[in-house]
Amino acid sequence: MSERVLMKGNEALAEAAIRAGCHHFFGYPITPQTELAAYMAKRMPKIGGTYLQAESEVAAINMVQGAAAAGIRAMTSSSSPGIALKLEGISYMCGSDLPAVIINVQRGGPGLGGIQPSQADYNLATKAPGHGDAHILVLAPSSVQEMVDLVAKAFDLADTYRMPAMILADGMLGQMMEPVVLPEEGHAREIEKPWAACGHHGQRKHNIVNSLYLQASELNEIVKKRFERYAKIEETEALAENYMTEDAEYIVTAFGATARIAKAAVREARKEGIKAGLIRPVTLWPFPKADFVKAAETAKAFLSVEMSMGEMVNDVRLAVECKKPVYFYGETGGVIPTPAQVLEQIRKIAGGAE
Amino acid sequence: MSVVFEKPKALADVTTHYCPGCTHGIIHRLVAEAIDELGVEGRTVGIASVGCSVMSYNYFNCDMIQSPHGRAPAVATGVKRTRPDCIVFTYQGDGDLAAIGTAETVHSATRGENITVIFVNNAIYGMTGGQMAPTSLPGQVTQTTPYGRDVHYAGYPVRVCEMLSTLDGVEYCERVTVDSVKNVMKAKKAIKKAFQNQIEGKGFSLVEVVSTCPTNWGLTPVDALGWLRENMLPYYPLGVYKDRSAQKEEK
Repeated sequence: MSERVLMKGNEALAEAAIRAGCHHFFGYPITPQTELAAYMAKRMPKIGGTYLQAESEVAAINMVQGAAAAGIRAMTSSSSPGIALKLEGISYMCGSDLPAVIINVQRGGPGLGGIQPSQADYNLATKAPGHGDAHILVLAPSSVQEMVDLVAKAFDLADTYRMPAMILADGMLGQMMEPVVLPEEGHAREIEKPWAACGHHGQRKHNIVNSLYLQASELNEIVKKRFERYAKIEETEALAENYMTEDAEYIVTAFGATARIAKAAVREARKEGIKAGLIRPVTLWPFPKADFVKAAETAKAFLSVEMSMGEMVNDVRLAVECKKPVYFYGETGGVIPTPAQVLEQIRKIAGGAE
Repeated sequence: MSVVFEKPKALADVTTHYCPGCTHGIIHRLVAEAIDELGVEGRTVGIASVGCSVMSYNYFNCDMIQSPHGRAPAVATGVKRTRPDCIVFTYQGDGDLAAIGTAETVHSATRGENITVIFVNNAIYGMTGGQMAPTSLPGQVTQTTPYGRDVHYAGYPVRVCEMLSTLDGVEYCERVTVDSVKNVMKAKKAIKKAFQNQIEGKGFSLVEVVSTCPTNWGLTPVDALGWLRENMLPYYPLGVYKDRSAQKEEK
């Protein structure tokens, strides 16, 4: 039976991946995701899996690419500066239609930035995961339990749609400990991969995993086809938590760790008689537009709270098509907004307590 | 009537895009012959790199993966570690292996990855039109060294076999060339050994093939072979630089 255990976010991500049937991990040390790799280094030899410390983040993502091309569930993890280095590999994987999971335990930037939590890789993950026209699935957990649940979902979605998936966490979630229920082992979904390059064994024509199309018209056609798949994903896979939004006049929106703080602020605002609610996107790509469109029918204004200088706020503006004002409140790289600060912003937008 | 010459089965029956006189064709054939003779096509996965040989994924009949520039040994590591029964080889040029992919080359070698690396050294970037490569010779005129490679400004060429032979993780590395029938036969033997080593689980094997690029060298195919003998072979001496198993036997 599944038991409840106390786990650190980073370790929970690792164990959840193993239980999702990922027995091959390629990493490179970086704070604040170190516990994840250390956990894999301890666990993988015991289950006959792979833990390999690569010479760089670049090499690690390409090892994942090799495993993925061979039809194997594989994962890498890093934090913001390391993720930037992985973008080359991620772009190639998008172009080669390869599934894998990439964990990003975000820290402050730009440059070496800091080692404290941040959400400033939102644009990187959702808008430009490498060069070229491409998307990856981006899932944003806001608790250790959700980290566990979303890892399995990320692998299943990645395999189903043949594309990389990123868990966009942050240093706060990675480092915090919470009780979690882990799924039982041996129940991971197995998805057929007839396209994999793993030896044809004389049974079929050779498989080629490739992202090069020198004929412009061919590349054009393939990219457009891929975008048809993306459109289907946007239609069916967007996910958000709506909290007290039904009668809300002021919609706060936040993802990940920040959403927990925003939720506390929403509760406090309600106590003061302000009809506040929270939309917490769980999938950042696809962005849960429909939830915002619906909320815009009744809400007077939106407030996006982020640990960045304002990245998701632009997707909120696009979703509501500027029909309602969209405000922003954010702090960067380790300066975590407090519920009181968010409440103050809600009050300001609501024009003082009613 | 007996068949005296035919295309290796591991080589696809297609026209390649290589320039006339380019030695990639010979090297492809040697790789395919080795795969045929060892009977491993069905479980072989080749990793194509970036450069002229990128489209080798169309020329071999085994499963193929196209890798980002320089990352072929990392991609190969991912395949081999997760599917150890596969026979995994990379096919890389000098810019790919000895410049942008130096870290991947050195670290897959030092980890002793049980893979086979075919390294084609023609001292120039071919696909992009003839720029200075990490292996371009001192004084060599290229598009980006129009006055000749000045080693005080652009640095010295990299000798890959010599460098890798110092690493404990390397099982075997040998430098060969394909300028004559005799040397082609030697190259074939080396390539087959590099695959055989992998089948026997011996570890990282690399064969460097000193090659020509008539188009970007601005020479006829025949003159290019002459230039290779006169200029490249003195800088890149042929021979076995490391053979761990043979060394053990001697002891």
